[in-house]
Amino acid sequence: MQHRYRNNLGLWGWLGGGRYGFDRYAYALHRLTGLGILAYFLMHIFVTGTRLNGPEAWESAMNFFDNPLFRVGEFLVYLAFLYHAVNGIRLVLVELGLLVGKPGLPSYPYSNSVIRHRPVLVGAMVITAVLVLFAGADFFFLTK
Amino acid sequence: MRESRLWFWHILSAVAILFLLGLHMGIMHMGTVLEALGLGSTHPTATAEVFARSQHLFFMITYIALLGTALFHGLYGFRSILCELSLSQSLQKAIGRLCTVAGFALFLYGTYVAVRVFQMKGV
Repeated sequence: MQHRYRNNLGLWGWLGGGRYGFDRYAYALHRLTGLGILAYFLMHIFVTGTRLNGPEAWESAMNFFDNPLFRVGEFLVYLAFLYHAVNGIRLVLVELGLLVGKPGLPSYPYSNSVIRHRPVLVGAMVITAVLVLFAGADFFFLTK
Repeated sequence: MRESRLWFWHILSAVAILFLLGLHMGIMHMGTVLEALGLGSTHPTATAEVFARSQHLFFMITYIALLGTALFHGLYGFRSILCELSLSQSLQKAIGRLCTVAGFALFLYGTYVAVRVFQMKGV
């Protein structure tokens, strides 16, 4: 088991995070969307399992979910997927040491990898927003 | 070392999911856009289309691959979040084992469904 530092703040340790900035909230949202997608995915495994009982069972399951409440819920899952995917690509790039700049001497004006990486985070959020608009149009206006 | 290896697989599974779930989400939710490009339809959850896809070898294989990678990625992420709450070592081990057992059970169930529906010819 790997060594972990004690998290005295509990849930607030990753939800709030004190004086951290934008990046900290992106991190918390990544986890929340991940948990939401996981919850949906576990339910999805059993819903798609109704295919085992034939087309009638599948149609019955689809009729049950065919209402505005589930439509909005489905859209929220889609938003969570878009955010988690785009932010996840950014995190993989950071994990590989890409787009965080090169280390240098601490000379004024001070900079660090988080500040150098900030435009990438903003760019990822812009891409997510464009995809959300695209998906929203498809979900609520284009698909009959 | 074990955690580093699991973390590596967590990232690798994320890349695989990006392609597999991107394909799945595109087909299921971007019907209008795909139809305009001649690549899909606007009724992906219609019974006939669902069973036609399920009985296609390519889709059966991608469903099982997506099931496995998504279960590993999701449950490992879930375990990591819980373990960061400074739980006792024994509780962390118990959560790890529970996630492993649940992951294997769900993978077996999902694979069974995918294979059985694939074999339902003429439905």
